Amino acid sequence: MATVQFDEATRIFPGSDKPAVDRLSIDIGDGEFLVLVGPSGCGKSTSLRMLAGLEDVNGGAIRIGDRDVTDLAPKDRDIAMVFQNYALYPHMTVADNMGFALKIAGVDKAKIRERVVEAAKILDLDAYLDRKPKALSGGQRQRVAMGRAIVRSPQVFLMDEPLSNLDAKLRVQTRGQIAALQRRLGVTTVYVTHDQVEAMTMGDRVAVLKDGILQQVDTPRRMYDHPDNVFVAGFIGSPAMNLLAVPVEGNSLKFGAADVPVPREAADEAGKAGRQVTVGVRPEDMDLVADGSGLSTVVNVVEELGADAYVYGTATINGTEHDIIARVDGRRPPMKGDVVHFAPAQGHLHLFSVESGLRLVD
Amino acid sequence: MALQILAAPGDPGLLELPWEVPLERWPADQLVALPRGISRHIVRFVRIEDRVFAVKEVGERLARHEYGLLRQLERRDMPSVEAVAVITGRKTPGGVELDPALVTRHLQFSLPYRALFSSTLRTDTANRLLDALSALLVRLHNTGFYWGDVSLSNTLFRRDAGAFAAYLVDAETGELHGELSDGQRLADLETARINIAGELLDLEAGGLLHASIDPVVTANEIVYRYENLWVALKAPDTIGTAERWRVERRVRHLNELGFDVAELSMFTDESGSHVVVTPKVVDAGHHSRRLLRLTGLDVQENQARRLLNDLDSFRVALDLDAEPEEIVAHTWLSEVFEPVVRAVPKAMRGKLEPAEVFHEVLEHRWFLSERGGADVGLMPAARSYVDDVLSLKPDEAAVLGSRLGTPTVESDPFAAAAADADDD
Repeated sequence: MATVQFDEATRIFPGSDKPAVDRLSIDIGDGEFLVLVGPSGCGKSTSLRMLAGLEDVNGGAIRIGDRDVTDLAPKDRDIAMVFQNYALYPHMTVADNMGFALKIAGVDKAKIRERVVEAAKILDLDAYLDRKPKALSGGQRQRVAMGRAIVRSPQVFLMDEPLSNLDAKLRVQTRGQIAALQRRLGVTTVYVTHDQVEAMTMGDRVAVLKDGILQQVDTPRRMYDHPDNVFVAGFIGSPAMNLLAVPVEGNSLKFGAADVPVPREAADEAGKAGRQVTVGVRPEDMDLVADGSGLSTVVNVVEELGADAYVYGTATINGTEHDIIARVDGRRPPMKGDVVHFAPAQGHLHLFSVESGLRLVD
Repeated sequence: MALQILAAPGDPGLLELPWEVPLERWPADQLVALPRGISRHIVRFVRIEDRVFAVKEVGERLARHEYGLLRQLERRDMPSVEAVAVITGRKTPGGVELDPALVTRHLQFSLPYRALFSSTLRTDTANRLLDALSALLVRLHNTGFYWGDVSLSNTLFRRDAGAFAAYLVDAETGELHGELSDGQRLADLETARINIAGELLDLEAGGLLHASIDPVVTANEIVYRYENLWVALKAPDTIGTAERWRVERRVRHLNELGFDVAELSMFTDESGSHVVVTPKVVDAGHHSRRLLRLTGLDVQENQARRLLNDLDSFRVALDLDAEPEEIVAHTWLSEVFEPVVRAVPKAMRGKLEPAEVFHEVLEHRWFLSERGGADVGLMPAARSYVDDVLSLKPDEAAVLGSRLGTPTVESDPFAAAAADADDD
């Protein structure tokens, strides 16, 4: 097991002048589960592939433990791409299917058996070791494949969108299994996904990338409660955070008819930007208030989920229409076509600079 | 969503297949039993009119990805199976959604490696498989294709004048780049080494590997074979300014290996006394392209080499050196090649491709002539070959085509592990 360090690592594809990954720096702890997430083209897969040795590193360095692996061949990095290949061999026993890579590496028989038995216990396969793959269920076959990576006891597991080909139900199930397994094994893991829900539910920490640039790396909780910029604010959370440019007067912002006090710094910053700030409010922090005391919103759609309901509406601020999403009590949801009023719950306001998109106050 | 078919034109019969039924439960009368490799997905072979197709159930993203890649490889003339269609929006009559399907055309006269030997895999066959696979990998890498899952199982083999020509079957994990990094090439090579070792260990466990073969040592061979070929293709040569002939020699060597050179980049080093020459290799198929141009015959590389050699001997024997090459080729085709191919009765034409038959007849003539101490002549050799050799061979047209008429279902991929047939 080992730490992983991206140190200003940069990748520029031939023929391009813009880096696909631009001076990426992340320190990943020993045994940590780090998820790289972002929209398509953000550089997350390229970053993983740089760590795997599949992409050249044009600047900076990548280290695994104390070793600089920047220029090492993939096979010399002591990493395992999990799930990449799980064809099972029909004539070989489950134990041989799990241990054959060690045999190729010249590990002695007793040692192979020991590691296979250990991995089989973790994967609940100990009862099947001497059977042929034919006798296994689909899920067990997949676990055998996982066992192949485990017995090699690599320093780092790499996973590139391993769940993208599963249906929704199996995806949720497997998500839990991978996270639990990683915790049991304690192997440092770097996991790539485009799905922020997957990122938030699996990672010890999540790194959000956009256009090759690291936006924020944090625990899921901190990422959700304290997004560093407008992009992270809008990307993390489902449904997405409401992000509205609203006017500021004195030390308070005008959330429709509601005057919401803001810290001094935010008010000062607003002064530079035509007296506006970008306000972020999560759907669950949009409180229904009395008529005439908040942001007037026309209800377009109500999605009833039982305990909760999501209201999708439109509000006009400074002559511009904005989409609004709010979570309300499922027992008394408004009706389509109603006009309702929202104000942000106290203490749950996120403020960003209109110009730079950066968070204004901690 | 309604059923959607994304397909190249030309196979309307695809619409008739039972897309509303999970592939695992397709009716036996629609399936063709062919030996399959080891696959993660459910794969079945179907026949529409006289063509055989492979149908694979796979997630939509992968299906589209693989379809797109196979089409691109085809446009680049890479040896790969031909993608025909992606079927999405499949639903059972009860409304249950089914995985999309990727349809590829079955490659005629191609065989999975497990069908290339009858009892055990011997060293000679193993070496020919590794040669074919390493040549395929070099060609794919040269065009910028990273495979991601190189293995014997993901490859089909066609006979090629005593050797094999390899075709890529599974491009699920593949990626096309402008040029591959060394890391990508080496990762593919390592995957190949591990997978081949696994496949040979599996044959060993099943008693299908000849005792003289060490699975791990043999698998390591792929690395040497690949590296040798890659260096021959790509390594720059530094030559003295007075040694220009070495450039010519390099190009010839590449041609002998079957590769064509599109251009040479040459620059003089700082001292001015040496030139660094780097060939830009377009692709393999030097001989097969030449034969196609001369005769219209579209055959594998080694077959083409063999046929061109025979064409050359024909020209010398008949003293036709002054004639244009195209005219000689035409005469050779109608007076030599075609009579031999026609000597094969219709019923035996599904056994081997015509070019392979021609190659074997040449071998047979040599064998008979040597035994008799005098040349037996081409047509007597052809007749003797048909009676004594070809008649004993199994059909390989649509992988063991004799079974085409009597389809049986293989419901478990692990049941298809060892296919029957063949000659080793």
